[in-house]
Amino acid sequence: MRTAVDTTADPVIRLAKLAFRWRTGTAAVLRLDRLEIRRGERVFVSAPSGGGKTTLLGLLAGVIAPTEGTVEVLGQRMERLSGARRDRLRADHIGYVFQLFNLIPYLSVIDNVTLPGRFSRRRRTRAATRTGSPEAEARRLLAHLDLGDDGLVRRPVTQLSVGQQQRVAVARALMGSPEILLADEPTSALDADRREAFLTLLFDECAATNLTLILASHDHTLASRFDRAIALQDVAPAAAAT
Amino acid sequence: MAILSLAWKSLLNRRATLFVTLCSIALSVALLIGIERLRIETRTSFTQTVSGIDLIVGARGGSLPLLLYSVFRIGQPTNNLSWESYLDLADHPRVAWTIPLSLGDSHRGHPVLGTNQDYFTHYRYGHGRPLAFAAGKPFADLYDAVLGAEVARALGYGLGDEIIVAHGLGEAVFARHDDKPFRVVGILARTGTPVDQTVHVSLEAIEAIHIDWQGGAPIPGLTISAEEARAMDLTPRAITAVLVGLDSRIATFRVQRFVNEYRQEPLLAILPGVALAELWTVIGVGERALLVVAGFVVLVGLFGLLTVLLTSLNERRREMAILRSVGARPGHVFALIVGEAGLVTLLGTLLGMALLYGLLFIAQPLVAAHLGLHLAIGWPAAREAAWLALILTAGLATGLIPAYRAYRTSLADGLTMRL
Repeated sequence: MRTAVDTTADPVIRLAKLAFRWRTGTAAVLRLDRLEIRRGERVFVSAPSGGGKTTLLGLLAGVIAPTEGTVEVLGQRMERLSGARRDRLRADHIGYVFQLFNLIPYLSVIDNVTLPGRFSRRRRTRAATRTGSPEAEARRLLAHLDLGDDGLVRRPVTQLSVGQQQRVAVARALMGSPEILLADEPTSALDADRREAFLTLLFDECAATNLTLILASHDHTLASRFDRAIALQDVAPAAAAT
Repeated sequence: MAILSLAWKSLLNRRATLFVTLCSIALSVALLIGIERLRIETRTSFTQTVSGIDLIVGARGGSLPLLLYSVFRIGQPTNNLSWESYLDLADHPRVAWTIPLSLGDSHRGHPVLGTNQDYFTHYRYGHGRPLAFAAGKPFADLYDAVLGAEVARALGYGLGDEIIVAHGLGEAVFARHDDKPFRVVGILARTGTPVDQTVHVSLEAIEAIHIDWQGGAPIPGLTISAEEARAMDLTPRAITAVLVGLDSRIATFRVQRFVNEYRQEPLLAILPGVALAELWTVIGVGERALLVVAGFVVLVGLFGLLTVLLTSLNERRREMAILRSVGARPGHVFALIVGEAGLVTLLGTLLGMALLYGLLFIAQPLVAAHLGLHLAIGWPAAREAAWLALILTAGLATGLIPAYRAYRTSLADGLTMRL
């Protein structure tokens, strides 16, 4: 039996009375009383290092489950789902971009971008219906992200610049049109000019598919470009920062 | 399937390290299966050599030495049996045929066997196949010789060539019967048995070349030429052993008792199958020891694989986090590592078998030439397939340990990229 995911749910994400601690008895690394994110919203999450950004993204991605409270993603109560169900939900509906080292070194650029299709039939078919095949969709996305150059695509991923790697990672996160894109400090390895260009490309892609973007960073200068900014330290004093 | 293809690509990415592991697995597999193959093939070859022989009769002594020198030309006969005893045995009502054998001379390292026409009529090998001539015919004249296939090939002899028989066995002989040369009249087809190694002459010829000899040396001052010998009485005085065929298997024990209780001289009759079984128990200890050692070598190869997989885990935590982020379950991570272990073991096993078959193709003519053993090169037998399956399972099991660790860390790390 598959869990019915409501892809039209609005708000896309709803958190209530959330607390997360790594072990019982320790202080919570994250507390959020209430947070709702609407479809297509671009949300900036800021927190100092160790302030719970990665934990929040992990909870939204369903890699970890909350200790208290509720995490609702696309109408699904994540804390009630099994680990396998959360993995399935992530595979089908969520794209993720890391701060650095997003790419699997032994796969080609195209194979890296089509990776979500290996774990999700939904994203594979969505990519195929859009441009014919996952590979074609990968090329389209790469071209949109200024990586259309054929020679560049054929290079080993380890030879790409950091900026190029991050854009390949975005292409992968957008593969098969997921509803939500989570990004953990995706720009911190880029210089100021590249950061602006990267965000512009990212926003264009999000707007094109009405994607909900949640980007976590400690760099407040980015906040102005987003629909909304949330500072985690307001709600969760970084008590258990390690 | 998606995970297996990932495992394959990841494996290719670390091919330098894994290739060494793969080679050690391949070598250990080749060793293990090679020993198993040699064991089985030796037995088959030995068993096929004594096809259709009901009893082997010789002077009293050990049954194993009798079997080894009479049929396999291994070791030296110590005593002979007299011609009269042989005639008595051949006259026994239940004896269907006999092949008298007289050994002790050689030609350039190949044993010379004195026998009679019955050898070409009654000797069987394999599954009851008679001897066939590749060229020529059985010996008819006193100084005719029939060569085994390997003798002719190794020494490059053809029909009509002249050969000199030397006194004694082995490569280093001191005295030659060079006054009485033999002419090659026949070459036997290959049998894959010690027959291929043998030079066959008549019993009378053995008698003739020793007629001016006594106690293993020429009698000083006495020389009898080849032509003079023809005129003399060449009835053998003694022979080395007799291969016996009976009219019915049921008579085996009766005839055996007849021989063992023979009053005129101490004789021994053995059943080839029983003596072979005795041989296997002797050899079996060594074989088992070899197999155990080979088994441990495989184990060492798998430990190498385990080491490589475990050391790679730490540097692959990032890879695991990426896979988790695109929707891989911890189970996928587990399957990735087990799949890698399985692929390396599978490739190692295939490479090992390729190596083994390559070696067999090289070794087959050499073993046939030096040991008279025929190594059949066929598909892996059921037992070998079982060994291979066991190795593959062990390889997968080896993968379970690092796979479980990767599973645990990928659960604990989640999407944090610890480096």
